[in-house]
Amino acid sequence: MIRNSHEARLELIKAGLKRRYAKEKIFRAVGISAITAALIMLAILFASITKNGYSAFQQTFIRLDIFFDSQVIDPDSTGDPTVLSQADYGGLVKKALRDMFPGVGKRREKRDLYSLVSPGAAFQLRKMVMDAPGLVGTRQAVWVPADDDIDMLVKGYIRAAGDGSGRISARKAAWVKSLVSKGAIEKRFNTAFFTGGDSREPELAGIGGAVAGSLYTMLVTLILSFPLGVATAVYLEEFAPKNIWTDIIEVNINNLAAVPSIVFGLLGLAVFLNFFGLPRSSPLAGGLVLTLMTLPTIIIASRVSLQSVPPSIREGALSVGASRMQAVMHHVLPLALPGMLTGTIIGMARALGETAPLLMIGMVAFIVDIPAGIFDKATVLPVQIYLWADSPERAFVERTSAAIIVLLAFLLIMNALAVVFRKKFEQRW
Amino acid sequence: MKRPSGAALLLILFAAATVMMPLLAPAAGAAGRDYISIVGSSTVYPFATVVAERFGKTTKFKTPKVEATGSGGGLKLFCSGIGVRYPDITNASRRIKKSEIDRCRANGVKEIIEIKIGYDGIVLANSRKAERMNISRKDIFLALAKDVPSGIGESLIPNPYKTWSDVNPALPDISIEVLGPPPTSGTRDAFAELALQGGCRKFGWIRAMKKTDKERYKAVCEAVREDGAYIEAGENDMLIVKKLEANPHAFGIFGFSFLDQNADRIQGSIIDGVEPTFENIASGRYPLARPLYFYVKKAHAEMIPGIKEYIREFTSEKAWGPEGYLIDKGLIPMPDSEREKFRSDGRSLRNFSM
Repeated sequence: MIRNSHEARLELIKAGLKRRYAKEKIFRAVGISAITAALIMLAILFASITKNGYSAFQQTFIRLDIFFDSQVIDPDSTGDPTVLSQADYGGLVKKALRDMFPGVGKRREKRDLYSLVSPGAAFQLRKMVMDAPGLVGTRQAVWVPADDDIDMLVKGYIRAAGDGSGRISARKAAWVKSLVSKGAIEKRFNTAFFTGGDSREPELAGIGGAVAGSLYTMLVTLILSFPLGVATAVYLEEFAPKNIWTDIIEVNINNLAAVPSIVFGLLGLAVFLNFFGLPRSSPLAGGLVLTLMTLPTIIIASRVSLQSVPPSIREGALSVGASRMQAVMHHVLPLALPGMLTGTIIGMARALGETAPLLMIGMVAFIVDIPAGIFDKATVLPVQIYLWADSPERAFVERTSAAIIVLLAFLLIMNALAVVFRKKFEQRW
Repeated sequence: MKRPSGAALLLILFAAATVMMPLLAPAAGAAGRDYISIVGSSTVYPFATVVAERFGKTTKFKTPKVEATGSGGGLKLFCSGIGVRYPDITNASRRIKKSEIDRCRANGVKEIIEIKIGYDGIVLANSRKAERMNISRKDIFLALAKDVPSGIGESLIPNPYKTWSDVNPALPDISIEVLGPPPTSGTRDAFAELALQGGCRKFGWIRAMKKTDKERYKAVCEAVREDGAYIEAGENDMLIVKKLEANPHAFGIFGFSFLDQNADRIQGSIIDGVEPTFENIASGRYPLARPLYFYVKKAHAEMIPGIKEYIREFTSEKAWGPEGYLIDKGLIPMPDSEREKFRSDGRSLRNFSM
């Protein structure tokens, strides 16, 4: 009788076991498919951005045989820098092009011919002469950037159309062909993309200014938000009495972490710009706004990391006669610091990708000069991406993607750093 | 205890903060401003930025800063006051309004210089893979308005048309799908005024309403349908161009410069029998063209270095002339006489009054 009921129970368990295993299998399958779906999406994102953007790291250059005519640049051989800087370098470029294609005579044809090279070519020659005045009077082969339309043609993004529908006339396409056969067109690494400021000519536009702006903005944010955030967390966690006021503060901090970033931009406009009169479009104002935005994140991460330090550490320190301040500074804080740093880096990474609050304080702007300090006018990387994405010129499509690649690389480095910190300094009890 | 103490770390950071701040800040700081600050329309932005860049590269002055805030937002900032904190120049894709001039006056901005820079065409375009459409403004109004005349007396019904051929049998038999800018955009304002109102006026009884009930007239003529046939695609015109390429049945509304730069992918519809080409917009025959402006504060011309020279650059023949570099970027030039007028207005800093 007893034996029978025991067997019956076993039967019951066996019958159920199969079902329970099956359930677990399904659960795992669902989990794996969720991860796979996420990874596929990520792969598609990376693949499409890389596919669109990798070509922007190269730029088409045209070799011109430039004669630095002393009659044009410095007719009186003064060697005076102001004379050198005001010379007609565009004329030298045009002359070189005319010499290359002697048959071109009509006004419209000439216009087409001159538009083969970037307007930046003249600035490049000017810089060469300013740096080395000895060039005047010599003949040099100079590689100058091609116009963005030619760049797109060489890279195969647009085709020359005979019916006049395209950007490139059959005439221009023929010239490009002849240049290619002469070896006077070459794709080279696009240094200007990394060193240059913004430009309306895609072939001259670079992310140098935006990267510098991001750097200054992040510096202000880090310098302000890290000490403030950590000090707030330490006080709230280790020293503050637990009463209704600290509860209210805690609720407010958690709330602030969820406030949409544009709200911080409006606050920044009202307080930093209108009340304190900080300069519009400056990394200082941008950094302050982003500080407001990242502070709650840092405070919350720091508090969690302080909470995870076991009470025995504090009690041990106190029991050998340390003051509360000593217990916190000598024992608790060093153990909690890796977690705080991780939180800070993640907060900073979020701030690095932010555009909405900066719109309000004038950092969404066309800025050519590379900022030299936190009071200069500046823009940041994600804003640069946004501005380029809205530009009509075709060549900005690939440059937008290339800028995204750079931004993603920065984010990846920061997040990897956070992981490394955690792994290296993490303590387990 | 081998770890660095937390207190020491914090101290170092604070010290770094105090030492770095003055280092990062050149002495001048917030006191003065040695560059021109420009705000305003996103339609004028592509032109203003080109001028700003050339100006910065060819003169001793710094490159001006150009923000795209929209025409209305730009004029609001512009009229906030006199001083280095406020912008010197604002771009607009429409003329300044009386109310805005009053606001300027109230804030001490008494003298303003108005400079018209040229024209911009608004195009209705689709992919080159599809057929080009030949449409009248009346048909555009019927296809996109929220309420349309019912045909019985003087009454309106919610827009019933599903396909273009419902509107006019001569148009293709594909469903109406138009991607356009949101209401905050100047392009949308201009499209509503030029295309929708232009078509709306073809109905005599609605035109008569303009005199009796101006507000209702505007509401009827400029309201855009909200049943999904008109899709607000955001301020990013380039995005609309890409979507048109992917969907040959869709049409898009944007500025002429985007058509000009992407002529191998998209084609502009013929409106009232006129094709949107450079020549047709410049001659004023294309119906959807609007003037573009910028406004300068006279008081700032003495205060901020380079403003007069910037105006000189913008109004020079090599910039806005029929063969100038702005034309390569898609600006439609003004006739010689108009260019001459605004050039002299700009150079003499002539105060403008309405």
